[in-house]
Amino acid sequence: MKKYTKEEYKKYVEQKSPNSPLLKNMLFAFLIGGAICVIGQGIGDFYERVLNMETETVRALVPITLIFLGALATGLNIYDDVAKFAGAGTLVPITGFANSIVAPAMEFKKEGYVLGLAAKMFVIAGPVLVYGIVTSIIGGLIYYLII
Amino acid sequence: MPKRLGKQTVIIESNVSIISSAAIVGVKEGEGPLSNYFDTIIEDAEWGEESWEKTESKMQREAVMTALKKGNVTESNLHYLLAGDLLNQSIGSTFGLREMGVPFFGLFGACSTMAESLSLAAMLTDGGFSDYSAAVTSSHFCTAERQFRMPLEYGGQRTPTSQWTVTGAGAAIVSKNGSGPYIRHVTTGKIVDMGIKDPNNMGSAMAPAAVDTMTAHFQDTGRTPDFYDLIVTGDLGAVGRAITIEMMEKNGYILDKYDDCGCMIFDLEQQDVSAGGSGCGCSAATLCGYILKSMTDKVFNNVLFIATGALMSPTTTLQGETIPAIAHAVAISNE
Repeated sequence: MKKYTKEEYKKYVEQKSPNSPLLKNMLFAFLIGGAICVIGQGIGDFYERVLNMETETVRALVPITLIFLGALATGLNIYDDVAKFAGAGTLVPITGFANSIVAPAMEFKKEGYVLGLAAKMFVIAGPVLVYGIVTSIIGGLIYYLII
Repeated sequence: MPKRLGKQTVIIESNVSIISSAAIVGVKEGEGPLSNYFDTIIEDAEWGEESWEKTESKMQREAVMTALKKGNVTESNLHYLLAGDLLNQSIGSTFGLREMGVPFFGLFGACSTMAESLSLAAMLTDGGFSDYSAAVTSSHFCTAERQFRMPLEYGGQRTPTSQWTVTGAGAAIVSKNGSGPYIRHVTTGKIVDMGIKDPNNMGSAMAPAAVDTMTAHFQDTGRTPDFYDLIVTGDLGAVGRAITIEMMEKNGYILDKYDDCGCMIFDLEQQDVSAGGSGCGCSAATLCGYILKSMTDKVFNNVLFIATGALMSPTTTLQGETIPAIAHAVAISNE
């Protein structure tokens, strides 16, 4: 009878568990994440050159458009299918932020519009907002004090 | 003759049969290798209901009703309903079976619930407390994902050790008035925690529990693995299955005719389920569909069914706790 200690078992499990295919994941993240950025650049160029918009307006409009597209792709059940391969490639761009808000909003609608949809909408994005805002306050203070 | 055998096993002395069973599964399971063995394959994740929780409840109810019909038993003859699922407060069972008007015991053994309910049904029947009992268990991919993981449309990536929760329900009717397959032994598992924390590697967390119960069963009964023509664990998946085989070998037991419901219910190569199936419905549907039908057809005559459960909750995972696991074994025989 072989008795494992917890430490021994942990090491044994690590050895028996297949690792994520890192190289493949990174390649897909690069390609699909890069493609989203290219689309963003294309949208920006379209606004600036074809619609002759001001640079400042374009800077605001490009993220808005991408957020819309991310939300739309989530609603059409496409975003998660792409994310399965893209990983960080769909998580890091702003479309991933849209996905993280729309996905719980869709799912928890069944528990009502207030305590379901609205309350659960930020379960994934909430921490990003909290720490994002805190970090930008700290950044702003440093900027204010030094410069 | 004493009914207890060793520390964890009891003998079911009288001829307690599983007189009928039924399995209802989801679309993905219906596309898997066992599709011909299920009674109903639902057409979509909702099955005409407003929420996935209601769908899961309906699956439990329909599984019981189908099993009763197949066994020519009416609801009024049922003495006990023993049921469980993965949802908080076991709502899959309570809401699904609330209108049946049958004495009810709600069980929680995570994914070990099919073996747990079958064990208790066999003991109640052997003890003379029940003429007809139903053991029922279910899980639903969508209800489990939203309780334990992320919203369905969230763009996440699965690790190779993660498992896919089976949408499925199984029901078995247990009675002395039948001609087999018979429940002969019940080995009740202990809670085993080997310190695994990763909820995406539950096969590894549960494998030591399966090994513990299986070893106890062999020690208590004096049997060896070759007594059975199928030893089957609940939902260890590919990783947990491999660990179980190796650990059992180190305990001196060679598992030749061993498989895992998590590896049987899906095609691991084709169906994009990482390490395989999981959830209460995994072992429930595989037992009540494939295994029991194969026993009726005499493909298997002696089966050791060991359903395995990871007893954690999203709260304990967030608090950094390890995953306690359990496995219950039921020996089922045509003789």
